[in-house]
Amino acid sequence: MNLFINGQSVELSDSIKTVGSLLNYYGLGDKVVIVELNATILEKDTHQETAISDGDKLELVHFVGGG
Amino acid sequence: MLQIGNYKFKSRLLLGTGKYPNFDIQKQAVEVSDTEVLTFSVRRMNIFEPSQPNFLELLDLDKYTLLPNTAGAKTAEEAVRTAKLAKASGLCDMIKVEVIGCQKTLLPDPIETLKASEELLKEGFTVLPYTSDDVLLAKRLEELGCHAIMPGASPIGSGQGIINPLNLKFIIEQANIPVIVDAGIGTPSDAAIAMEMGADGVLLNTAVSGAKNPVQMAKAMKLAIEAGRLGYEAGRIPKKQYASASSPTEGISIG
Repeated sequence: MNLFINGQSVELSDSIKTVGSLLNYYGLGDKVVIVELNATILEKDTHQETAISDGDKLELVHFVGGG
Repeated sequence: MLQIGNYKFKSRLLLGTGKYPNFDIQKQAVEVSDTEVLTFSVRRMNIFEPSQPNFLELLDLDKYTLLPNTAGAKTAEEAVRTAKLAKASGLCDMIKVEVIGCQKTLLPDPIETLKASEELLKEGFTVLPYTSDDVLLAKRLEELGCHAIMPGASPIGSGQGIINPLNLKFIIEQANIPVIVDAGIGTPSDAAIAMEMGADGVLLNTAVSGAKNPVQMAKAMKLAIEAGRLGYEAGRIPKKQYASASSPTEGISIG
């Protein structure tokens, strides 16, 4: 499965079927991370059930220092 | 007590979280500042380096209200998207609307700021727009329903202090919502002057993070803001052209 994450093309196992499993794969399961899937912003409590598939575009963003 | 929308704060210092020398100094600075509101920016994660530390993780989030900004946005549309991303964290519904119209001066684009604020108010955000010191724009933002207005003292990160005290005074006098002086504060006296003028709060970042000793400067800013507020509430004496003796003129035993 090929995904575009933060503008980069990434090849991943087809066993990753949801946003939640994707976050776990990258070790982000317990981090404050906000996900946008194909230009739709996901509420945090929907990460686990939201399915992902080949060709999806994801943005994973978080809070960084700023004024 | 500073009230912004449904939020109430004892501290009138809102602190930015950018450009500190390291997290340890930053954490100490935040603690001594006694701030209750911390600003953040929204940026892409580096998914290939998930272990990189994040300042947010070091904070007790029960103690602080997050005020994400929309920095990086050049249009209302981009600002609205950034605000929605921030809210989807489930951690906050306050947003500092920041739409920069000029990369050299980092001055806000008033028209896009107005549009973004209007849209975000409809979406139910607690909206704090960062604006120039334009008096009428401040009025228009208040009329839209913004929960506070944040006029800049001078350009972001410039440390020039309050360069247009007259406009700032007009904004403060006309406002029925909190006025937070944001951007350009360089010294504790700048912050104190803003508070003496009747500002409801001060938002600053570089003045602390870029100081030689950020922790000490954080304390200085806290004290300056408290002193300025107390002075404002106490009511200053009118300025007079000539002297007025403080000591009694009766009973002088000389001559």
